[in-house]
Amino acid sequence: MLNSNHLDEGPQSGLNREKHVISAKSLDLTFQTNDGPVHALSGVDLDIGKGEFVSFIGPSGCGKTTFLRCIAALEAPTGGTLTVNGMTPDEARRARAYGYVFQAAGLYPWRTIEKNIALPLEIMGYSKSEQDERIARVLDLVELSNFGKKYPWQLSGGMQQRASIARALAFDADILLMDEPFGALDEIVRDHLNEQLLELWARTEKTIGFVTHSIPEAVYLSTKIVVMSPRPGRITDVIDSPLPKERPLDIRDTPEFLAIAHRVREGLRAGHAYDD
Amino acid sequence: MRNLVPILTVLAAIVALWYAAVAPMNIRGALDVAERAGSDVVPAESRARFEQSIWRLMADNSEHIALGYSLDRPRLPTPVQVGAELWKTTGEMALRGRALSKRSLIYHGWITLQSTLWGFALGTVLGMAGAIAIVYSRVVNMSLMPWAIISQTVPIVALAPMIIVLSSQVGIEGRTVPKAIISAYLCYFPVLVGMVKGLRSPGAAQLDLLRTYSASGLQAFLKLRLPASMPYLFTSLKIGIAAALVGTIVGELPTGAISGLGARILIGDQFGTPLAIWAALFAAAILAGILVTLLDLMQRATLRRMGVQA
Repeated sequence: MLNSNHLDEGPQSGLNREKHVISAKSLDLTFQTNDGPVHALSGVDLDIGKGEFVSFIGPSGCGKTTFLRCIAALEAPTGGTLTVNGMTPDEARRARAYGYVFQAAGLYPWRTIEKNIALPLEIMGYSKSEQDERIARVLDLVELSNFGKKYPWQLSGGMQQRASIARALAFDADILLMDEPFGALDEIVRDHLNEQLLELWARTEKTIGFVTHSIPEAVYLSTKIVVMSPRPGRITDVIDSPLPKERPLDIRDTPEFLAIAHRVREGLRAGHAYDD
Repeated sequence: MRNLVPILTVLAAIVALWYAAVAPMNIRGALDVAERAGSDVVPAESRARFEQSIWRLMADNSEHIALGYSLDRPRLPTPVQVGAELWKTTGEMALRGRALSKRSLIYHGWITLQSTLWGFALGTVLGMAGAIAIVYSRVVNMSLMPWAIISQTVPIVALAPMIIVLSSQVGIEGRTVPKAIISAYLCYFPVLVGMVKGLRSPGAAQLDLLRTYSASGLQAFLKLRLPASMPYLFTSLKIGIAAALVGTIVGELPTGAISGLGARILIGDQFGTPLAIWAALFAAAILAGILVTLLDLMQRATLRRMGVQA
């Protein structure tokens, strides 16, 4: 494994170095709606170690996005415990523990790519020179160095999403939370971005939580695949991938890959038996 | 060039319709003039002519219709007459160095413009402040918004005299301030509604993103809500400044004002000089056009600086 620490200069690096970066114990989240309570998450137990690439897969309504939002303190669980870097999700957010990538790139149309990446840095109060240095570094990381002065509408969808990943990386959070980041892109672009994401993960050693509904994407990217099912949202299977860390795209044709994909599909089918 | 053809076609149609309307509108006046000049008019008596429809008069006196196009006090002046009157009271006076004489529309336009701009500034500030309060406070949203809507259902002509009386009661001298208040009253509403919509335009994901940065409310406002509202703001400002001008003119109408375009319209009506009314009307329209165009240029410059696709 590459031992590059060059993105690890945040104040909290070195602190809270425990076994699990993210730890959920019998986590519950119930939304009160006009049609009665909706059990978005029910009894979720999960531990995520440092440097893992964890995918959450399942049909819509299975709570995969909700779980990611709980980690980011965008939703508050109604039961159980959840720690991020040994802190509550709220504390972790204030300690800048994670960067979040949404399904839509969500770049501000009135800011150039550079200025979009500067957004979190401005809010967090980095000096101008440090902003410039970080912007250059993350633009290089997502291979957009020549596009810093462009406006979002001048970039393709895939490039916009790469810019939004750069924005999430700019302030050196150890954790990257990605909510179907490539869901709106076509398959060829998606393959390319998946490859790039693996490279980026290897270089930066981030812990990544990745929500998807594509089985090949989940299997290709992850060291751990969490299969979820709806009503109530819960985990039906957790698969530790035996695939090597080095993964060329054609690994997807190997028997090992297909075996994992098969197990994921079985897990999804089992969850669906609750329907109807 | 391709845009010019439809624009000119519409303009030509309006002018043609206008010219066609002048004949029936001015036929009675034309026949009065003809009678005084000793021509034969059917029926010969002015009183008897009032019993006749204008169409009948036109049919019976077709040789006198042309007189309707050059009356001194026409019911409906021709575009050329209006243009001449407008030039006489603006350009010509300016050339003679009397641009700010009390008979000049430039002077009256300037009086109106001052109140309009004050009203516009006041209305914009009130509208934006109201919008911010509404977006950030549920209580204000529920309590202020209905009043804002009700305020616009009250006819401004009914309110204008009261505002003038009340402001003189509290010791405000002159008419500039009460006129500006009336104009702000009309102007704040489009700004308020547009800004509420603009400030609310960022989606949930955009706001969530800022939450993941633990951004403060002020940061979210300055970095997201305010820039996102700019296109809405300019659209509202354009409506607002036109409304402000209308407000000022209404403020000058029923209130005994002696200067301003509204006062010219009223005086023109009282003294039976329709040309003066029409000239003031067109001066107001031209003023509104200039103001809206200026805002449009500002909008283009601002949005271009914000990198919006041309």
